[in-house]
Amino acid sequence: MPSIAKPIATHPSMQRNQLGLTLRDYEGAMSTLCAGCGHDSITAAIVRALWELATPPHMIAKLSGIGCSSKTPTYFVSGAHGFNSAHGRMAPIATGANGANRELIYIGISGDGDSLSIGLGHMCHAIRRNVKMVYLIENNGVYGLTKGQFSASADLGSKSKRGEPNRMAPIDPVLLGLSIGATFVARSFSGDKEQLVPILKAAVAHRGFALVDIISPCVTFNDHAGSTKSYLYTRKHQLRVTEADFVPPANEIVAAIGQNSATSVTMHDGSVVRFKAVPPGYDPTDRQAVFNYLHEQQGDGEVVTGLLFLDETVGDVHEMNQTSETPLVRMPYEKLCPGAGVLDRLQEEFR
Amino acid sequence: MPNTTKVRINDFAIKLANVNGTGSASANSLLMQAMFRMGIPVSGKNLFPSNIQGLPTWYEIRVNKSGHTARALDYDLMVAMNSQTYSRDVHELRRGGYLLYDSSWPLDASLIRDDVTYLGVPFARLCNEHFADSRERILMKNIAYAGSLVALLEIDLKIVEDSVAEKYSGKKALAESNHRALRLGYEYAREHFECPLPFHLEKMDANADKILIDGNTATALGCLYAGATVAAWYPITPSTSVMDAFKTLCEKYRRDPETGKNNYLILQAEDELAAIGMVIGACWNGARSFTSTAGPGISLMNELLGLAYYAEIPAVVIDIERVGPSTGMPTRTQQGDLMECAYASHGDTKHILLFPSNPAECFEFAVKSFDLAERFQTPVFLLSDLDIGMNDWVVPRLTWDDSYRPDRGRVLDAEDLERIQKFQRYFNEDETHVAARTLPGVHSKGAFFTRGSGHNKFGGYTETPDEYQEVMDRLLLKHKATAAFVPPPEIRRRSGADFGVVTLGGCDPAVREGLDLLAARGILADSMRVRGFPFDETVEAFLEEHDFCFVIEQNRDAQLRSLLTLETRVPKEKLRSVLVYGGFPLSARHVVDGIMHELYGPDPSGNGHIPASEPMQIEE
Repeated sequence: MPSIAKPIATHPSMQRNQLGLTLRDYEGAMSTLCAGCGHDSITAAIVRALWELATPPHMIAKLSGIGCSSKTPTYFVSGAHGFNSAHGRMAPIATGANGANRELIYIGISGDGDSLSIGLGHMCHAIRRNVKMVYLIENNGVYGLTKGQFSASADLGSKSKRGEPNRMAPIDPVLLGLSIGATFVARSFSGDKEQLVPILKAAVAHRGFALVDIISPCVTFNDHAGSTKSYLYTRKHQLRVTEADFVPPANEIVAAIGQNSATSVTMHDGSVVRFKAVPPGYDPTDRQAVFNYLHEQQGDGEVVTGLLFLDETVGDVHEMNQTSETPLVRMPYEKLCPGAGVLDRLQEEFR
Repeated sequence: MPNTTKVRINDFAIKLANVNGTGSASANSLLMQAMFRMGIPVSGKNLFPSNIQGLPTWYEIRVNKSGHTARALDYDLMVAMNSQTYSRDVHELRRGGYLLYDSSWPLDASLIRDDVTYLGVPFARLCNEHFADSRERILMKNIAYAGSLVALLEIDLKIVEDSVAEKYSGKKALAESNHRALRLGYEYAREHFECPLPFHLEKMDANADKILIDGNTATALGCLYAGATVAAWYPITPSTSVMDAFKTLCEKYRRDPETGKNNYLILQAEDELAAIGMVIGACWNGARSFTSTAGPGISLMNELLGLAYYAEIPAVVIDIERVGPSTGMPTRTQQGDLMECAYASHGDTKHILLFPSNPAECFEFAVKSFDLAERFQTPVFLLSDLDIGMNDWVVPRLTWDDSYRPDRGRVLDAEDLERIQKFQRYFNEDETHVAARTLPGVHSKGAFFTRGSGHNKFGGYTETPDEYQEVMDRLLLKHKATAAFVPPPEIRRRSGADFGVVTLGGCDPAVREGLDLLAARGILADSMRVRGFPFDETVEAFLEEHDFCFVIEQNRDAQLRSLLTLETRVPKEKLRSVLVYGGFPLSARHVVDGIMHELYGPDPSGNGHIPASEPMQIEE
């Protein structure tokens, strides 16, 4: 993707995180997306979240497929390795990368074409494996780079720019994820940074696969009257079901968890997600109840947002496979090769 | 008709006709192992259906004191245990051959040939009398015919009994049943027939430094020793046993004795698209990673193989070839994926291919695949096939040099990065046109964007013709440079040779034997077995120095010949094809008949140049 280098301008007054880095250090190249694209707001939220978490840039790996959304890893954390792979194939590549090095923070950026059509199977299986990664779907209901075809997330009856209605039922990644065992399911809106940043921070802290579906209007092809993925429609119908705070491990005691909040969940790394507000009876750890609730709301045309479901009890792909704590890439060769003596002995089986 | 053939020691072929899913495989491998342990050169070919239970399956065993163990097409003895295939089995016997069958039921008169000796043993009746359990009655019939063969072929009974004892150590009841069944067949044959038959076995000492191993197990061993840590795959015949073996080996040798944790990760992917994606992701991160698959899997992997080629990411792809196109014949062998692998993916791509000819080379080349993939930052294909991969071969013991260290290629570490001004991914190539790479998680100065979209030598996105071409041209030079690093061809010369023969992979034993047979008739040929692609200069020189060459391979479209004509300057007319691609392993007769036919036209007798009724024997 084309990109324009952005000069890093810092000012002594800029706030620094625990690593002494400013927000600028978490930025990347200039965006070449359309002015007003929802994806750029998501990029800004990612920059903010990773800066606040003080994640060392070189410990981040950014992966994407192909599409407008998949261009965005260029626009954040220039000090991190990036991999702009092939359409729909980001999930398996991230799975293999994570298999080799479990210590990195994997940020996968995908879109509704990438994740819900060509790469749908891969996304589902990455969810099933509970690969530890943040998996973002920058969801605009439309194919941008090929000029406006409906994607699989387009709602029934939603109209294209030419006025044609979509006649096929949408694939909802949130309901899909819940039904196949996703352990972290969130939905947000690119225009709601206040909600998005803590969700992203919680997603990074999550033990396994964190699915974050973000409605991100396409200003060029899907922001007209009749679209259900426009800014106007989303603002009107957004229903913030949960409000979550992310409390890093060090602040745990200060935050006085659980006193006023509906629920709080301790993450695998010791941080805490504190749900400040949820509807009466809503339990973000009860998969069935969440599923039923979302199903009902969907019928009313509401865009339900928030950190919707969280389960920290399930091990990730490495825990399932009992992989060594030391990342496999750092395993010395001497520990991997059984040597000539063993080869000699084991060949007795072939005699 | 009494057989008047003179005694033949350690030189014959038998074929066993069974029903699949009835347990015949363990009886057949028991026989094969016993012959191996008697020190005799032996090979076994399992000709099995793509089915779980109930269809015909055959197993062929050939012993040959001179070491020629390619598939034989002439059978001295048929063990006919499948009534569905009686008639074709009877007709496959050579004149003067023997048929061992289950005489619990009468043999139909139409199956009687007057040039065949019939040996009836009531296996079903014997087993029904001696075993109560119905499943056991079926299974033990196989061990009973093995017992009869022990008597008829003079297989060392003690060796067989020891094998049974080893195999079922800890399973006393099973061991006892096997011993009983073995004795049933053995005693019956001794009582009713003149044992041994005129062709039979005698102990030799040819296998002291040999092992009996299938190619897929040897390949998995190579991956273990190469230090592969991440394996991703989708189950597919005939490659599944590569990953099965790798898993078994890892459970034994890759589990940390202190923590109990695994120093490996095997991912069963949702499809081959994902499997190769996982391999690329793991290799991008610096692990040694591989996938095992077959032709249909390579078809699916094409997309991401182009990404790995263009973005210069190592990957090892083990392709156990089977018969294509499409689903083809999953349990039959072929060398049909050469073109698919050599140029896998859209756009201009070229890949490194290695062609092992037997399990020993599978082990050696598997290790080599990882070294080449990392050194040249590109996918490497190990092209084995069903015959090599799933059949047991007698090969020299595998050896390992403990001083071996993986060739990781040009990878900059944190110190290197500290030292340099700025890292640029595809810049500053070495003499083999390889640029240094960096791994994630090491240093932010090494960060760059890996991409399959157009890029310039600095790793930046480009749509500029010159910048794009500069990278593509370097990739071509890099590919050419790999020719000096793939295994060189194996060349065998005969003085006074009239022409050359070129082959690859599992054709090797049949070609060697065939050329010996031709030499005995005064037709002399040099031979070259190519072992890697791209071809090095010795390949082209061999083609140049002969007036013409036969290219012997197992596919319809002469894919090796195509590669040779595309990638060398040798005129197409100089290369003539001998093609055998029906799905069974190559035999020396295919080689002899194919070459004779090309040289002299069809044999006037219509029987081929070597009649089926004459066993092929080599002058010693």
